[in-house]
Amino acid sequence: MSAVETLVDLLAGRRPAADLAPREWDGVIGVARAEVLLGTLAHRVEDGEVPGPVAWLFADCRAAAAVATKQALWEAEMARRALAPHGVEFVLLKGTAYAAAGLACAAGRQIGDLDILVPWHDLGRAENALLVAGWEWVKEDAYDDAYYRRHMHELPPLIHKARDRMIDVHHTILPRTHRVTPDALALVSDAVRTAGGFAVLCPTDMACHCAAHLIADGDLQGGLRNLWDFHALTGEFAALDRGFWGKLDERAEMHGLERAVHRAARLARDLYGTRLPSGWNSHPPGDGRYQRRLLARDDWGRATDPLLQQAFYIRSHWLRMPPTMLARHLWTKWRKG
Amino acid sequence: MRHRTRIEVGPVQFRIGSDWAAPIAALDRLYAGYPRDRDRPADATVRLFAARPWRRWLRPSVHIGGDYIVPDALPLPLSMGLLAAEMGMNLQVALGWRRHLLFHASAVAKDGRAVIVSGESGSGKSTLAALLGEGGWRLMGDEFTLVDPGSGDALAFPRAVSLKNEAIAEVAARVGPERLGPLLAGTPKGDIRHLIPRADAIAAMHEPVRPALLLFPRFGGAPAIERLGEGEAFVRLTEASTNYVTLGEAGFAALSRFVRETPAFTISYPDSARGMAIVEQLWAEAVR
Repeated sequence: MSAVETLVDLLAGRRPAADLAPREWDGVIGVARAEVLLGTLAHRVEDGEVPGPVAWLFADCRAAAAVATKQALWEAEMARRALAPHGVEFVLLKGTAYAAAGLACAAGRQIGDLDILVPWHDLGRAENALLVAGWEWVKEDAYDDAYYRRHMHELPPLIHKARDRMIDVHHTILPRTHRVTPDALALVSDAVRTAGGFAVLCPTDMACHCAAHLIADGDLQGGLRNLWDFHALTGEFAALDRGFWGKLDERAEMHGLERAVHRAARLARDLYGTRLPSGWNSHPPGDGRYQRRLLARDDWGRATDPLLQQAFYIRSHWLRMPPTMLARHLWTKWRKG
Repeated sequence: MRHRTRIEVGPVQFRIGSDWAAPIAALDRLYAGYPRDRDRPADATVRLFAARPWRRWLRPSVHIGGDYIVPDALPLPLSMGLLAAEMGMNLQVALGWRRHLLFHASAVAKDGRAVIVSGESGSGKSTLAALLGEGGWRLMGDEFTLVDPGSGDALAFPRAVSLKNEAIAEVAARVGPERLGPLLAGTPKGDIRHLIPRADAIAAMHEPVRPALLLFPRFGGAPAIERLGEGEAFVRLTEASTNYVTLGEAGFAALSRFVRETPAFTISYPDSARGMAIVEQLWAEAVR
């Protein structure tokens, strides 16, 4: 059994950690690092079940994740202090949102940039307020800048000059030119407040965004982590609300994301053992390719299957923009080298 | 990967994989005297690989990978595979290690107390530590010194010492050839030759030591000693630490305690003999 399959089995709880031979941990730890799931794994297994050095490493990971979470929430607070005086309200997305809402998938999860969602009509004011408060442009390239503004679902990334942290200001959750256009107004207007006062997407939208991010946007790079988010989110929401899956179905259809959400749900079921209601339990043959892509890593943490990777890379661009625009984009990028 | 080895340096267990046999053979020779626990899972992974399959044989060049990578890092020719391995190991520790506060510093110890020497490359910190380690001191490391946030103790990371340029002849004159690695001439960092630490330093690598003295050396100029305030030592060490920011509050607490409890000095010295004499003098005053 490959290390990546062992990792998935450990996360799913299908295989007890005590079963692993000491040296099997080499590959599992390497792959978990590459997939940014080591902190999550450190929260999933009991210290008593693993060799001493692994237990120490996992303790390090849990401590590091706790610090990183604190820093990420502080960054959210910094954004709030920059935007609130200008009357700009925002919704937290992804990792910071999971942490702010105290969701189970936040335990040990690494948080990269601060992702926020603002209504389209507030975008200009949000940008100005952040620039005033010390954020600066990362990309100096005029084409990239114009590309982001015209076609993407977010502003070009900004970095804070003193704290060196990046913020992605979204106005929707998929590129503007994508074949699917979720209802951004509904995302913002149905957002809910956390106990700490931050707004986050409502449960069904959170799951929709997670699936959109995993399946409809990008090339499934780092997909095991996003799929784990989906598994943990839906499991937690379904435990609180028996009607969750039905509501998710309706919401996904409204956003045009029903295929992405169902695909994510089936993959989560097949890899992490997510329990789905009867209407969701099909087995279309196309899922196999996705599963192979998600598991394309060897025991040294290296990405494998370059052709399949390439296919998903091309697919991600194909979904993101119409063919003529794609051709123009690739031509410009190629000329710039 | 086709060729592989495991190395334990201080608290870190590495697994190192390579597309070529030579770097692994060179590592196995340098680290033959280190403890080996074949069953211990690795904390960090280093990969030495060819970017394209044919580059294993055709103008072979070694890319450095692992758990953490530096994007756009230039590969090294296969003749410098040992340097690539060293850089790969350093990189994993610098970017990945969280258990201790990590200083870019050499260290030596005597009677359970450590002298920690922090400086840029070229400041002479490696050479000073290597030479002291051949005298009455236990070499703790020439690259990283770890501080335990709980106890405040210093921990050793005694990898093979990376001697550079003039330091090679200076040290080679004092040790047998069996303690030296191959000469790597004309690397991006100049000439490099590795020194295998003394067996007693390797045997003691897990023993924590109380910090006694913190030095910031400057090689060149007349001998001089200047006491540093806690505030300045703190700021200099935040710059010398690769994980101070990521450790958050624990890092701040550990560093505050360290500068409060450890007297700090800048020292200038024109040659190694006088550098060592200054260390001995400050040591005698610090532990009195």
